[in-house]
Amino acid sequence: MKPVSRRFLVFLGVFTFWTGVWILAAELVGSELLLPSPAQVLRRFLALAGTSAFWLTVGTSILRVLSGILCAAVLGVLLAILTENSVICKTLLSPLMVLVKSTPVASFIILALIWLGRGVLPAFISALMVLPIVWINVSSGIAAQDPLLLEMARVYGFSRGRILKRITLPTVLPFFRSALSSALGLGWKAGIAAEVLTVPQPSVGKMIFESKLYLETTDLFAWTLAVILLSLFIERFLLKLVQRIGGKEVCKHA
Amino acid sequence: MLELRDVSVRLGGKQVLSACSLRLAPGDRIALMGPSGCGKTSVLRICLSLLAPDAGSVRNDALRPAAVFQEPRLLPWRTAAENVNAVLSDSPETMSEALHWLELLGLREAAGLYPGELSGGMSQRVSLARALAYRPDLLILDEPFKGLDEALYRRVMELVSASSESAALLLATHSEDEAIALGCRILRYRDGRFESAST
Repeated sequence: MKPVSRRFLVFLGVFTFWTGVWILAAELVGSELLLPSPAQVLRRFLALAGTSAFWLTVGTSILRVLSGILCAAVLGVLLAILTENSVICKTLLSPLMVLVKSTPVASFIILALIWLGRGVLPAFISALMVLPIVWINVSSGIAAQDPLLLEMARVYGFSRGRILKRITLPTVLPFFRSALSSALGLGWKAGIAAEVLTVPQPSVGKMIFESKLYLETTDLFAWTLAVILLSLFIERFLLKLVQRIGGKEVCKHA
Repeated sequence: MLELRDVSVRLGGKQVLSACSLRLAPGDRIALMGPSGCGKTSVLRICLSLLAPDAGSVRNDALRPAAVFQEPRLLPWRTAAENVNAVLSDSPETMSEALHWLELLGLREAAGLYPGELSGGMSQRVSLARALAYRPDLLILDEPFKGLDEALYRRVMELVSASSESAALLLATHSEDEAIALGCRILRYRDGRFESAST
């Protein structure tokens, strides 16, 4: 059996097992208000997905959170270049990044609520979650460049552009890819959490908040399902994109 | 072309070179011989501007220096052919030239393989192909024939000798036969310097 089909069968088995557990639990609880069944959630999700309001809400949330993640990715790379070339900058920035990484996201959301407007807050929170991860990983990537290869490039008179293309990028891109892989889910979840607390219009977070407010548990589950599916989709899409940018050099090295 | 004057180097608290001088004109061939750790590689690194001496002066007028290091130093994410082409124009136009050099070194079949798929000897030959394809005016070789079997060794030596006729050649080696086969003047290590032994 091919490894892919074997993996798919394992996934199917695990998925079926946990759905079964969910169905059983919903039967035992016997109340849609407390725990809706998978069928009820799926029905509600499909009903929501059939409306234009759902896609507008989802689209706005994606744009909001992705803009934060994108800004953090760019800033994280730039800061990594800066700190790997300046000991002073690294000494100054390192404790700040550790602080950002260790502070609970809720503390930042409350603080940012005081400092910033509701519209930009989810993007800011996503950026804050993603920034230290990208910075740490890209810094490690830059530091991991093989000094022997850099010497070879120097002997053969490689231009800076050629060194960047042939040595630096192939070394750093797998680290950047790994950073995105761990940061995307985190950034997305933190962004939605910020939306729940700030309820910007329109947003997935606001819909989750209202579901909770009006005790529409099935809606809450359906919107949560939407968040999970989007998280998976965004992660896959962006990682494919990074892989494409890196071309075969990343594939071969990863 | 290349001149080291009274160069001294201290590495890891040990005086490796003391007032060492060396002169290499175009077409000259010099082999540095001596025990491991005596400073052969340090001299080569100074010549390539990869190591700054603690004292003395270095003059290097070479326009196209090339080196074969003890390690192949190939880009792991590029094929053998792309590694050779990387020191040419790094564009498809010079790929046939890169393939030609690989063929001369008996690596035509391995052109599409990545360094991780090559044996140590094959990787070293790719490194040699890269250096020769560069058409250097100064060729620096640091024990470049390690890991080659007898038949290949002869073939590669002949190729290096023929391809670098007009270049200045500086070789670090433990093998006197190798130095003689390449027509090198041998300098032996003595008290922190490399001194002439034979012609």
